Amino acid sequence: MSEWLENHLPKVVLAPSFIAVLIFVYGFIGWTAWVSLTRSKLLPKYEIHGFIQYERLFDSPRWDTAINNLYIFGALFIVIAMVLGLLLAILLDQKIRVEGVIRTIYLYPMALSMIVTGTAWKWILNPGLGIESMVQGWGFPNFEFDWLVNPDYAIYTIVIAAIWQSSGFVMALFLAGLRSVDGEIIKAAQVDGIPTWRIYTAIIIPSMAPIFLSAFIVLAHLAIKSFDLVIALTGGGPGYATDLPATYMYAMAFSRGDIGQAASSAMIMMLVVFAIVVPYLYSELRAKND
Amino acid sequence: MKRFAFATVSTLAVVAGSSVAAEPQAEVLHWWTSGGEAKSVAVLQEEFASNGGTWTDMPVAGGGGDAAMTALRARVLAGNAPTAVQLKGPAIQEWYEEGVLADISSVAEAEGWADVLPASIAGHMQCDGTWCAAPVNVHRIDWIWANADVLAANGIEMPTTWDEFNAAAVKLMDAGVIPLAHGGQSWQDATVFEAVVLGLGGPEFYQKALVELDPEALTSDTMVQVFDQMRTLRGYVDENFSGRDWNLATAMVMNGEAAFQIMGDWAKGEFLAAGKKPGEDFLCASTPGDGYLYNVDSFAMFEVEGDDNRAGQELLAKLIVAPKFQEVFNLNKGSIPARTDVSLDAFDICAKISAEDMGSTSAGGSLLPSYAHGMALRGSQAGAITDVVTAHFNSDMSSADAVQQLADAVANSY
Repeated sequence: MSEWLENHLPKVVLAPSFIAVLIFVYGFIGWTAWVSLTRSKLLPKYEIHGFIQYERLFDSPRWDTAINNLYIFGALFIVIAMVLGLLLAILLDQKIRVEGVIRTIYLYPMALSMIVTGTAWKWILNPGLGIESMVQGWGFPNFEFDWLVNPDYAIYTIVIAAIWQSSGFVMALFLAGLRSVDGEIIKAAQVDGIPTWRIYTAIIIPSMAPIFLSAFIVLAHLAIKSFDLVIALTGGGPGYATDLPATYMYAMAFSRGDIGQAASSAMIMMLVVFAIVVPYLYSELRAKND
Repeated sequence: MKRFAFATVSTLAVVAGSSVAAEPQAEVLHWWTSGGEAKSVAVLQEEFASNGGTWTDMPVAGGGGDAAMTALRARVLAGNAPTAVQLKGPAIQEWYEEGVLADISSVAEAEGWADVLPASIAGHMQCDGTWCAAPVNVHRIDWIWANADVLAANGIEMPTTWDEFNAAAVKLMDAGVIPLAHGGQSWQDATVFEAVVLGLGGPEFYQKALVELDPEALTSDTMVQVFDQMRTLRGYVDENFSGRDWNLATAMVMNGEAAFQIMGDWAKGEFLAAGKKPGEDFLCASTPGDGYLYNVDSFAMFEVEGDDNRAGQELLAKLIVAPKFQEVFNLNKGSIPARTDVSLDAFDICAKISAEDMGSTSAGGSLLPSYAHGMALRGSQAGAITDVVTAHFNSDMSSADAVQQLADAVANSY
């Protein structure tokens, strides 16, 4: 008995969570895929109607806007947050005096929920309350900064708020990476008289490739599932100019009673995530097998 | 053992209770949770209790009813629907098609609902000829609210045509007043849009375009003019309107920052709460043009098990449409009674105008359901139209493009 237990204990302990994941993740992915092929409206129906929901989805100008916004938001957010995070990490790495305090200050936005960030930035960026009216009050009456209410630029305000929220976290990731680089190599390079920037670009940063990958994965999934920030900052507006796939799906499922449409948009979102995660998993697994 | 005995006794008690006399039970799902609304529901709750019923309150706040609808969906899928649910317009029919609504015709016929409700409103309460819902109130949507002092100071009368409105707006802009207080949320854009459709196109056009979704009406020249007027109105709104809540826009009219607001009669509640007098401090009139756009709140009755629940359902339906509740509730809520035979003595001037217009438009066939507030169309069609309206209002899209997109969006929404 005890021998059996010894051999099977890990499986027994893992079984409940394995089953739960199987049902609640993969089971419901399958369910959503099924519903996305039906004409479900208010309640789910299970009669298959082919790809009608996907046709509707790709005919919808609002979905076009949402997907374009995802590209704009995702690309800018990931690139700028990584560059800024790396820069902050390198500056903090210069053995400065109150590093602990500064690190905490930069990390703190991460402790806020996206709703708080969104609401705060909504006020900061509001032309009548925030930066624009402040600068105008300083005696520059022609100063304009109305991105929040301008449908062509509103998506960039979401990028700004998201970067403010996340770059401190990316900084912490990179800082850990910088610290893990072998000090002996750096000392050797310094002895050889190599300038500091060369040490960073040629030695330290290339050795941090895994950190870049993790930061990218974390930021990419934050970008794709972004929802609360948009709701708090712009509510998807002006018009639907700042809709993202997640807010589109919410509107369809919960405001409009169009479950089929919501399911098809959810499937597309999942495929986007797969497109990012699968190559990552593949490279990880290959690295392990080597 | 003791516990077992207790359980047995209480089970027996329940069984005995239900077999002797069914005590009315009702579980009511609604999202009237804010101050005035909660007070209005409490009125119904008290009356229900004083008629010997047990009321189980199930308020689900948030998202303008979205959260409540999600809760409802879960309950219906679990086979355990609430007795009555705050639902309105075509949503009632949608749930009926799912086969989950009850038939309350016996109550409706005994109480003579058909004689006291305007025909088009009664139509919403019926599913395939049987009664399945009880109306609570009538909100009028096509209202235009104005600051009396601002109008007087600029020598402006309440506009009766959209041209007059535009002329007044230009005058106000020159005087440094924001002509139209508006919040840039899609439902508010839609509210203004439907008022313009009704005003420029007339009731028949409204019926064709926004109720029947006739493609010809949607792409007609009249619709192009409607979008032109929307573009004009966009010029009368301050720069800072994006995302503003409707009550903040009402406050702008109240403190004289802006002159007009186009909003349903819940805006009146804001004025009254601030101690403003209708007819003196603020003016109310229907938006330019003929017709009446209504938004009727109602309770749909769901199929329930058990005599006590059915008794509760019938009692609830009876009380909701009874004159006493209709009067008290609507005084609290700022709307008007759905039944036409309630005395309006206690109501203010705006409510009286609303009730009078409801009667006359009902006779003339121009009492129409509001599309922006989910009375005329199902969720996906109404949403598709709102998407185009709000995209047009918030960008520099041309009216011709907007009309084309409108027709495409409607065709794509089924």
